[in-house]
Amino acid sequence: MTTVALKPATMAQALTRAMRDAMAADPTVHVMGEDVGTLGGVFRVTDGLAKEFGEDRCTDTPLAEAGILGTAVGMAMYGLRPVVEMQFDAFAYPAFEQLISHVARMRNRTRGAMPLPITVRVPYGGGIGGVEHHSDSSEAYYMATPGLHVVTPATVADAYGLLRAAIASDDPVVFLEPKRLYWSKDSWNPDRPTDVEPIGRAVVRRSGRSATLITYGPSVPVCLEAAEAAQAEGWDLEVVDLRSLVPFDDETVCASVRRTGRAVVVHESGGYGGPGGEIAARVTERCFHHLEAPVLRVAGFDIPYPPPMLERHHLPGVDRILDAVGRLQWEAEG
Amino acid sequence: MTVMEQRGAYRPSPPPAWQPRTDPAPLLPDAEPYRVLGTETAAKADPGLLRRLYAELVRGRRYNTQATALTKQGRLAVYPSSTGQEACEVAAALVLEDRDWLFPSYRDTLAAVARGLDPVQALTLLRGDWHTGYDPREHRVAPLCTPLATQLPHAVGLAHAARLKGDDVVALAMVGDGGSSEGDFHEALNFAAVWQAPVVFLVQNNGFAISVPLAKQTAAPSLAHKAVGYGMPGRLVDGNDAAAVHEVLAAAVRRAREGGGPTLVEAITYRVEAHTNADDATRYRGDAEVETWRQHDPIALLEHELTTRGLLDDDAIQAARDAAETMAADLRERMNQDPELDPMDLFAHVYAEPTPQLREQQAQLRAELAAEQEGAH
Repeated sequence: MTTVALKPATMAQALTRAMRDAMAADPTVHVMGEDVGTLGGVFRVTDGLAKEFGEDRCTDTPLAEAGILGTAVGMAMYGLRPVVEMQFDAFAYPAFEQLISHVARMRNRTRGAMPLPITVRVPYGGGIGGVEHHSDSSEAYYMATPGLHVVTPATVADAYGLLRAAIASDDPVVFLEPKRLYWSKDSWNPDRPTDVEPIGRAVVRRSGRSATLITYGPSVPVCLEAAEAAQAEGWDLEVVDLRSLVPFDDETVCASVRRTGRAVVVHESGGYGGPGGEIAARVTERCFHHLEAPVLRVAGFDIPYPPPMLERHHLPGVDRILDAVGRLQWEAEG
Repeated sequence: MTVMEQRGAYRPSPPPAWQPRTDPAPLLPDAEPYRVLGTETAAKADPGLLRRLYAELVRGRRYNTQATALTKQGRLAVYPSSTGQEACEVAAALVLEDRDWLFPSYRDTLAAVARGLDPVQALTLLRGDWHTGYDPREHRVAPLCTPLATQLPHAVGLAHAARLKGDDVVALAMVGDGGSSEGDFHEALNFAAVWQAPVVFLVQNNGFAISVPLAKQTAAPSLAHKAVGYGMPGRLVDGNDAAAVHEVLAAAVRRAREGGGPTLVEAITYRVEAHTNADDATRYRGDAEVETWRQHDPIALLEHELTTRGLLDDDAIQAARDAAETMAADLRERMNQDPELDPMDLFAHVYAEPTPQLREQQAQLRAELAAEQEGAH
């Protein structure tokens, strides 16, 4: 058995490596977007790809998101696998018509004759001090659109494995990259990247018995921190990282909630009409008789994303999560 | 000396990177739409091509009237007629090689049929059957596009991809005058010009976007002029002159195939019928205007040219009409049969593999259908 040398690596490096490996393995994979070529992306996630594979494979496009995604549709119709970068969450909005009216539906409208294997990379979420339009969490819009897979990694290994799976998928995947985790490091073997992670499976990041925190993307490390802090109160929290919002892994989530009897959904995007409402409803429908308390949500406020100087008040933090856990009526146990 | 005078003395040199890329004059459209029929140029046109265009125009007109009749019988939910615009529809289809791609808008059913699509399959979207009744790859016809101008960037991407693969493929994308106001129109033309993609954009300027006339749609001298700003040639053509539309499109396709990049062609035509069968055109235009355009009918123009030159006799005209009638009878008969749809198909093509959630919903519908069957017995 060979020993694997683990080194610290960032999520950004793992994403770059995923695209590089996918491009090397499959000549139909094309990376495109504003600034992805010479600059290597504003977050350097596409760094080196244009140099290694040429500008025809990693293309700096005109600054036009609808055009970027719209031309990617045509490229996919001709047999290519475009990986499109939207640079920042709110910059993707001009491309929504292409995404919703064409990308998500082409397979369905052609009765399977014309699938579109497009990966739309959307750096999303706050906590990096970005000015307006640079910190939105738009996952609810994507989740509400049939035909799209919606995926978001929280670890370095998942960033690699899920992006490889997204690029290999014959369906369009909205790949949400938590910006504030780009520079988070993990022990990872960059020489032998982990296997491709199938889309649609949640994972238990931390086992516990008292309650389940259901979360994804940038809120995963926050929930893990909250679970550590909760030990002081005598609460043993389980943390489930969804990884995939569409399809949704009811099995893993419900198995956890049935064990713990209590659940809190945690995410950055607003609560009203947000992913937490859907998740809470699913859990309630499936686990009602196991629940000791209502499923609670800890979400961002229902406000446009606030200015950076106030964002710490908006983003779900450890205290707000612990407060929700406290509201799960522990005295009922005694 | 005042501050303003001091400023006036300042003569900045242009920034170093700036220089005009081309002389815009070759990109500008002619002042008048290009015409062939009724001019000396017509003598140089290929008689075989003109006869073929004629037969297709006659068939196309019949297709339009038959499809409109089917809306009255409730067999089609809606039909946006291209009567009066058949020259554009037919020329767009005939100008392409088999390996090329056509990107039609919702009004361009006729172009798709002229390219070889089964007339019934071309109508599934409009009768409420499955959205696209054909495999786009079979005839290289993209799905009929209902949102405006969003198919244009698809055409650019496909043409670009083909060129990257080394394939000798041209994409022709059709859009209306209203569609030229959409953002995707701009983005597609810009991408096409920057990438020098082998694409031809055909704008059928039929005078109205539903009810809004061109004067309220744009302040540009012509829609063809818009090309200049992107760095591609703009061409203006009489959209009712089938020979002229074919010639202009053929030149644009040739240019694209030879690596010359995209062209924007504006064909000036007129939508003789209402926007769709659901529209009341009398609210926004007068009979006199429509009548003027009826006098400039694409079939009559070509028929006159061909008969005057002795290239078409009564027998040939009758043969074209008979062929059109046969097509219409077949279309009528097949459209009058109820399509058989499988409700289970609702879940079959959302993803390559249905998600667990869709499997659950599929099971629910299957149970509902079984209960229905049970109840019927």
